[in-house]
Amino acid sequence: MITIITNKEFSTGIETSERADGRAFDELRPIKIEAGVLNRADGSAYLELGGNKILAAVYGPRELHIRRLMQPNRAVLRCRYNMAPFSVDDRKRPGPDRRSVEISKITSEALSPAVFLEKFPRSTIDVFIEVLEAEGGTRCAGITAASVALADAGVPMRDIVVSCAAGKANGQVVLDLSEIEDKEGEADMPIAIMPRTGEITLLQSDGHLTSEEFEKALDLAMNGCKKISEEQKKAILGRYG
Amino acid sequence: MVTIIPEIIRESITNLVKNGERSDGRSFYEYRDISLETGVIEKSEGSARVKIGKTQIVIGTKPQIGEPFPDTPNVGVLMTNSELLPMAAPDFEPGPPDERSVELSRVTDRCIREAGVVDLEKLVISEGEKVWMIFLDLHVLDYDGNLMDAAVLGSVAALMNTKIPETRIENGEIIVDHEKMISLPIKEKALMTTFAKIGGELIIDPSLEEEQIMDARISIGIREDGSICAMQKGGANPLTKDEVIKAISKSQEITKELRKHLPEN
Amino acid sequence: MIFVEDKEIVIPGDILADEDYHAGRGTFKENNKITSSLVGLVAVRDKNISVIPLQSKYIPKRGDVVIGEITDIRFSMWNLDINSPYSGFLPASDVFGKEKRDLSKAFNVGDVLFLRVVDVDEVKKVKLGLKGRGLGKFRGGILINITPTKVPRLIGKKGSMINMIKDETKCEVTVGQNGVVWVKGKPDMERVAEQVINMIEEQAHTSGLTDRVRNMLLELLGKEKLLEKQEETEETETEETETEETETEETETEEKLKKQKLKKQKLKKPMKQKKKMEKS
Repeated sequence: MITIITNKEFSTGIETSERADGRAFDELRPIKIEAGVLNRADGSAYLELGGNKILAAVYGPRELHIRRLMQPNRAVLRCRYNMAPFSVDDRKRPGPDRRSVEISKITSEALSPAVFLEKFPRSTIDVFIEVLEAEGGTRCAGITAASVALADAGVPMRDIVVSCAAGKANGQVVLDLSEIEDKEGEADMPIAIMPRTGEITLLQSDGHLTSEEFEKALDLAMNGCKKISEEQKKAILGRYG
Repeated sequence: MVTIIPEIIRESITNLVKNGERSDGRSFYEYRDISLETGVIEKSEGSARVKIGKTQIVIGTKPQIGEPFPDTPNVGVLMTNSELLPMAAPDFEPGPPDERSVELSRVTDRCIREAGVVDLEKLVISEGEKVWMIFLDLHVLDYDGNLMDAAVLGSVAALMNTKIPETRIENGEIIVDHEKMISLPIKEKALMTTFAKIGGELIIDPSLEEEQIMDARISIGIREDGSICAMQKGGANPLTKDEVIKAISKSQEITKELRKHLPEN
Repeated sequence: MIFVEDKEIVIPGDILADEDYHAGRGTFKENNKITSSLVGLVAVRDKNISVIPLQSKYIPKRGDVVIGEITDIRFSMWNLDINSPYSGFLPASDVFGKEKRDLSKAFNVGDVLFLRVVDVDEVKKVKLGLKGRGLGKFRGGILINITPTKVPRLIGKKGSMINMIKDETKCEVTVGQNGVVWVKGKPDMERVAEQVINMIEEQAHTSGLTDRVRNMLLELLGKEKLLEKQEETEETETEETETEETETEETETEEKLKKQKLKKQKLKKPMKQKKKMEKS
């Protein structure tokens, strides 16, 4: 028998109508983005959102050595989302699992509409996302960081894709769910958009929402995206101070 | 994918070394800038970010309670693993660890284990039944040469930074008390220095360029008392006995300086 | 209507101008608005608006001169890495004519060559050639990589920047449009040139670069700094026009450069530089 005495507080905020971390329903966690943080990669970005620490790197367009993946009229955009073993409370076994494979796929699909892939036939653009520390909403944070890395690499794009989640926790529709809100809450809905046109490039939903709640959540997430978009722009321009 | 190094780069670096110089202006026994931060990952019980030049590794530890190996029932377990992430270099591929990655983990592991960096005997919770298993994960983010020295330096720092819950046995029951976090029992701070052989000379802390054209490599792990805890020769060409002996004595001297980068205690 | 200023740094998705402008390189038209597709500097010339990227890959085009490295030898051609998403090949016939000979006798894997892009076909096969003055295999020297779009900046207006580096370091410098630069001289001078070229790469988007390059050169060479207010402003002005002379004129600049190089060899020292030295 092993008894574990924990020092962690699991306040879900059920007692009050407030959010566990005291944020307003439409408030993002503190965010920080920096572009051009790696030496070898063609483009890179580091992002902190609440307790999330995410690194994204881009190589390419570069020669594609695997013929069966080659597209005769455009580049392929390959993504690899990966979590560091030490990024979560219980050590994550290294290597891809079903979750990371799915996130990699939807990340590629979230970014592709913005990229002028047709300019680089037969080549590949490789996007690598490393979650160094996870605290809820890593896929969104990864997409946001990856877009900055793509811009930093000089990849031509229609817009800088930005991603953010909204959902329902403690009976309330809220923006940017934290880890606890994600785990204990009723629904989580990550989206990604091209902010200039508002077109949606990623939409997932996990949990139960009424159609009114969905609309409210979508509006919240879109607004959240626009705020994050400003941070992306600052990060890209910040590199050329 | 194999990177082919242009012949003229090989020539120019070799000629420089023969003239007593290096392409980045360093002397033969000079490291690049080193930076070391600890506690960079809050969810990790111990962590460090190390940079040597532009090489960058983030290292995190995760303790788990597990069973000891049957042949060593009274010692804890240390597991070292590394990932050469595809973001770190254009020729690092995604997928299971390749031989370079396995070599890096194993050499790091040997240096730390054989030096006795962590007092594994103190990681026993209940002899023969439950021990602490410390997972040491190396995440290579940017590869600019000399991963081994960065890996060992960062790993020792991450282990020194590691806090595990206190455990005790009450009425035959194991109590894991997260309210009382204690430091890992560290009894030694061994470090590693790597030399590349280029143009018949030994140079410390090879840069990426130097590593790509070197004839041979020797990595030496040195304990605080100057004794040797691990060695690894690499590269396709041989080393002479004199070269190895010289590398060891330089290593003994330079690890003293290198150790100053580690945090106090 | 234009919404940005000339030389302003923009990012993908930034709206630059209305439809009364013409969408140039690095831009696209959407809903009658000209929008940037890149992180780069706005270049407005008459009614044409374009964006010069601060970071990019080299996309081969016919007529370019590039520096490539032999990566493989095949039955009748060499394969070359030309620092691009598309690799190049050099047909054996370009070197041997109709004669059948051992390819590795001429060029081997790891050799670095200065070549011309002869053709890029529809499947992006890049045919390279060695016909032309100055083309062939490099012996000795070092290689430096810069962002291909910064090549015009490194060359400078009418070769001013590159000539300054050559004159001060007494190095031979050859610039490929694929962003690979070959430098050969005394080893310590090669390092000086390398540092200066890396600085240009980092600061290509800033103004007053020529002055900083000159000062850096003089500092590295242990000469005294020259900072005369009058000259400083003069240089900044020439630079303003410099950024505009981008991509489209690369080939031309390179050609001019080669001609100048020949002339230079006769003249021992460029006049401008000499005068300044005397002033100090």
